[in-house]
Amino acid sequence: MAPENKIKIIVAKPGLDGHDRGAKLLARIFAEAGMEVVYTGLRQTPEMIVETALQEDADVVGLSSLSGVHNYFFPKVVQLLKNKGLDDVMVVGGGIIPKEDIEGLKSSGVKGIFGPGTSTTDIVDFIKNNARSRN
Amino acid sequence: MFEEKTLEKIKAETQKWEEGTVNKALSRSPERKKVFTSISNIPVERLYTPLDISKVDYTKDLGYPGEYPFTRGVQPTMYRGRFWTMRQYAGFGSAKESNERYRYLLQQGQTGLSVAFDLPTQAGYDSDHALSMGEVGKVGVAIDSIEDMRVLFNQIPLDKVTTSMTINAPASVLLAMYLAIAEEQNVGFDKVGGTVQNDILKEITVRGQYIYPPKPSMRLTVDLIEYCFKNVPKWNTISISGYHIREAGATAAQEMAFTIADGIAYVQACVDRGMDVDSFAPRLSFFFNAFTNVLEEVAKFRAGRRYWAKVMKERFGAKNPRSMMMRYHVQTGGVTLTAQQPLNNVVRVALQAYAAALGGCQSLHTNSYDEALCLPTEQAVTVALRTQQVVAEESGATLSIDPLAGSYFVEAMTDKIESEIDDYINKIDAMGGTLAAIEQGFIQKEIQNSAYRFQKEIESGDRVYVGINKYTMEEPPPTNLLQIDMAVGEVESAKLAKLRSDRDEGQWNKALDDLRAVSQTDQNVVPAVIAAVKAKATIGEICDVWRDIYGEYRPKEFV
Repeated sequence: MAPENKIKIIVAKPGLDGHDRGAKLLARIFAEAGMEVVYTGLRQTPEMIVETALQEDADVVGLSSLSGVHNYFFPKVVQLLKNKGLDDVMVVGGGIIPKEDIEGLKSSGVKGIFGPGTSTTDIVDFIKNNARSRN
Repeated sequence: MFEEKTLEKIKAETQKWEEGTVNKALSRSPERKKVFTSISNIPVERLYTPLDISKVDYTKDLGYPGEYPFTRGVQPTMYRGRFWTMRQYAGFGSAKESNERYRYLLQQGQTGLSVAFDLPTQAGYDSDHALSMGEVGKVGVAIDSIEDMRVLFNQIPLDKVTTSMTINAPASVLLAMYLAIAEEQNVGFDKVGGTVQNDILKEITVRGQYIYPPKPSMRLTVDLIEYCFKNVPKWNTISISGYHIREAGATAAQEMAFTIADGIAYVQACVDRGMDVDSFAPRLSFFFNAFTNVLEEVAKFRAGRRYWAKVMKERFGAKNPRSMMMRYHVQTGGVTLTAQQPLNNVVRVALQAYAAALGGCQSLHTNSYDEALCLPTEQAVTVALRTQQVVAEESGATLSIDPLAGSYFVEAMTDKIESEIDDYINKIDAMGGTLAAIEQGFIQKEIQNSAYRFQKEIESGDRVYVGINKYTMEEPPPTNLLQIDMAVGEVESAKLAKLRSDRDEGQWNKALDDLRAVSQTDQNVVPAVIAAVKAKATIGEICDVWRDIYGEYRPKEFV
């Protein structure tokens, strides 16, 4: 694939949570799967994440949360992206997310939620099949 | 431990067994794998014999419990004297809710407290700070001021329980609040016992709850150590933590090696401050993980104790045996828990607790089976505590000290892990020490590579994880999960507003000015922190003083 066709993904850690094993692991897996990856590091506000997505012209924003704040942060990122006119940037998320929260997150506009034990192959496939087309 | 002649004979017999009995069996049916490895990727042989431990010198390498090099345990009688402290890490929501959980746990036979703070508290922000939004009371209790601390320990006598606090960058602030509450209960500082984690290096490498750059962070760490050995003699001034290093993906040997590397950095910093090693080292403590591979964990604990004792004696010239003891808390492995078929976690935790007991821990937290899903419910916490009680009272692990010593396998594994630790310490020394190794991303990258390898093994099916890549099944979504009230943030903010309007402004101002002044010298800051919390300064206000002076840390990311 030509570089300009590469999917560009922001991997972000919203909030104060420091558990970044999953985020860093996925950043590496996405890169190996041919995506262009930007890892934000810790302590990102929704505004910071959306700013990065805008500047980097990202196709996908992947959010990782293990401190139970997904219901607060994930929909906020979706909303702020919309406000900036980035409706076609797909938001996905993962971490310690109870099944009962998934429906609410999806209806708020988060396209995919990946809980503990998900195979990284499934995550990569989902992103490749659902990210906006660069052509 | 064996005579040359005996070893020769065993060697011959072993060869005979391999060429005869084993080969015959293999020709009928091969083994399941070509190479067997532990969960930490250490190759494991088919059989261990005296040949594998022929170099072990009993008195020099193993010795006796309570004596150098402490391979067999730090206390002379271990659990025959008393069991480890059963200490469940807990805290959520408001101080009042957490106080209720603590009193419940104490009623159920728990023997020590372990406080989990929410992320704003750990990062030194008040509950009404913009960055605290959505996080207040989520993963632990929200503590903003001495008033919250008073509620947290309501009806809990601080001379009767010991309390461990998982707090790092702002450790001295929470210690100051605790000491102030002890004073209100008329408990002298000499009667107060407990631990603050105070381990900033692992926050920088793996856990993420740092505030200031490494150098001023180390200064605050050492200030606390120095203050306590002079004023709070029963306080464990630091809990040098491998737990989170393991959670981030490290192998058992890496967990021990990088924790010891951090320990060396702290001891060196205290020595550089001019403190005599035997004055502070007896109050250093450690904190490790326990995974499900019981024998590997036991070997890790034994190797770590032996190596640390040598470091303290040979590298730092400690004379007091207490300075050489690696005393530690264990928590069972959070990352080993599965969200799938969560009741299976009860079994994992039981094996991990058994490993901790056979390994000689001083205190233990057992995880709850529902923690891959949420914070634990009261029912799950009770099962977790009962698991420790079953191990202590029923399993027999507490009858004889270090009962796995002399096992060919466990001794060989102990040696193997110790040599891996030694390789890492030599490498880190060659890089210029722990801070330099962190700065270069060496430690972070080693851990991340192990996490990556493990994930690949799971996804390829090379390593089986029950309920994840084998023995999976459809199951209904779990019910009865603990929900944290989102309103905690608002309640805490309202309390803060009231505190700020009610407190004596002059006294508060002076306390913060004094703190600022002392923080710019090289005098110990802890007395000024105690004065500030008594003047009702909040954690955010105190941490802001240091943010102004020291700046904030932004790590390089090594992905």
